[in-house]
Amino acid sequence: MKNKNLKKTDVIFSCCVSGNEKFPILAGAIKKDPDLIIDEIIESGLKGRGGAGFPTGLKWKFAAMNRSLEKYVVCNADEGEPGTFKDREILLKVPEKVFAGMAICGQVIGAKKGYIYLRGEYLFMVPKLYEILDIFHAGITELGYDFHISILQGSGAYVCGEETALIESMEGKRGEARNKPPYPVADGFRNKPTIINNVETFVNVAMIQKYGVAAFKKLGTQDSQGSKVFSVSGDTPNPGVYELELGMKLSDFVDEFGDGDTKAVQVGGASGFCVPRRHFEETIIGFEGIPTGGSMMLFNSSRSMYNVLSNYLDFFADESCGQCTPCRVGCQQLTVGMKAIKNGEKDADYLNDLLKLADAMKITSKCGLGQSVANAFSSIVNNFKEEMIY
Amino acid sequence: MTEESLFIKKLVEKYGKSREALLPILQATVRTYRYLSESAMNEIAAQLDISPAQVYGTATFYTFLDVEKRGKYVIRLCKSIIAEMKGKREIQKAIENTLKIKMGETTPDGLFTLLETNDIGWSDAEPSMLINEMPYTNLTPESVIEIISDLQAR
Repeated sequence: MKNKNLKKTDVIFSCCVSGNEKFPILAGAIKKDPDLIIDEIIESGLKGRGGAGFPTGLKWKFAAMNRSLEKYVVCNADEGEPGTFKDREILLKVPEKVFAGMAICGQVIGAKKGYIYLRGEYLFMVPKLYEILDIFHAGITELGYDFHISILQGSGAYVCGEETALIESMEGKRGEARNKPPYPVADGFRNKPTIINNVETFVNVAMIQKYGVAAFKKLGTQDSQGSKVFSVSGDTPNPGVYELELGMKLSDFVDEFGDGDTKAVQVGGASGFCVPRRHFEETIIGFEGIPTGGSMMLFNSSRSMYNVLSNYLDFFADESCGQCTPCRVGCQQLTVGMKAIKNGEKDADYLNDLLKLADAMKITSKCGLGQSVANAFSSIVNNFKEEMIY
Repeated sequence: MTEESLFIKKLVEKYGKSREALLPILQATVRTYRYLSESAMNEIAAQLDISPAQVYGTATFYTFLDVEKRGKYVIRLCKSIIAEMKGKREIQKAIENTLKIKMGETTPDGLFTLLETNDIGWSDAEPSMLINEMPYTNLTPESVIEIISDLQAR
């Protein structure tokens, strides 16, 4: 690292689970009192790594408290956010850690079955995953523990990354989000209590069990404990997956990964926020600033932010499930409206109407997809207004 | 029994008759035939004892569950903003010129279909594409032509 303020870590990908030592994390965890594990995860401050950032320990506590005899553990491997590919690397490099985290979850909440919902774009890794799963299952049987993981496949629908849409898809239906509440912890897969966590979150749980809460808390800041795996792409000499401590300044990130001419960074993918150069210094990447699932797209001054926004809007219009009107019609109208302004068919004031529409979508859309369109839309339009009009 | 209904019968034996089995059955059918024909969807509906509308409604929700006839090799070119920045258009041109089809079309010999798709998870190695389940990354106009001729020679 050339930037001294940026703290690179190596917890997620470090290989502490090789050879005969494959199951020490799990062997230790299954002997532990489930309540103690929950307390440890709560104490660690771990928040979900998919982007929404719900406290993991609390989620597990809710599911554990539920008296249902049938519960499920689901690993959300449907990373469809543009610019994200870190779960791909985690599943290719350290799948055992994901499995271990899921099995620990099973032990804690009292579930015997786990599912990995793998996006359709990642089917190429299925044979290898099953190979490693076979070894894993043999290992947990040896430990005298009962937990089984299966892989379910997606078929190219971004919205299925939303947890209730994901459950609908697991049940063989259209991936349309459910009303919340009830939340999946109470009423999830097959209407039973279900824990759905991101791939990276499960790895974090396994690592907290291995290294302890104190070691985890040493990383990051008060509001953003631990490290985070980032997917770095766009105008950078070094695209790829990097594990960094949370709570960093965006300016330090750009100093490390930018090409010297970075004009804007899209933090958190198409559903995230666009930060222009003048705000790099004051922007913190973490739950105290901009939380992110890890997508970091860099754009240099040769790029048109209008093209960036158009691409995102096309994406949302494509992927909106069409179930609720604000999202279905809103995505289309934002797309049409931006083109009309660019072509001079509408005057610049029309941008304000579109900003209001985006705000209305944020309040009225049923799920996270429609609610987050305004993030990218408003941050790009407000920061690069002249590029939208001329 | 036709070959198709036998194929679906085997899938139903494997995945069961519950609604949960629908998606895996549709996915397995597409893996073999590259698309869901009307007769296949009717057959699946009959064997799962649900309405064909439910099968069609579910299938059309998912981008990868095509209900139009596709080629033996379905090329899905990534159209994310990063792919655009890294030269997706040149790759598209190279494929279109080599196969003599436009985006969305299938070659007359039924070998290739060219489609666009949203981010496939390789923004660190764009331009990228999927051919059936396999990803191909860091594409150049030359490499993509080579990949296609390799498949043509099979």
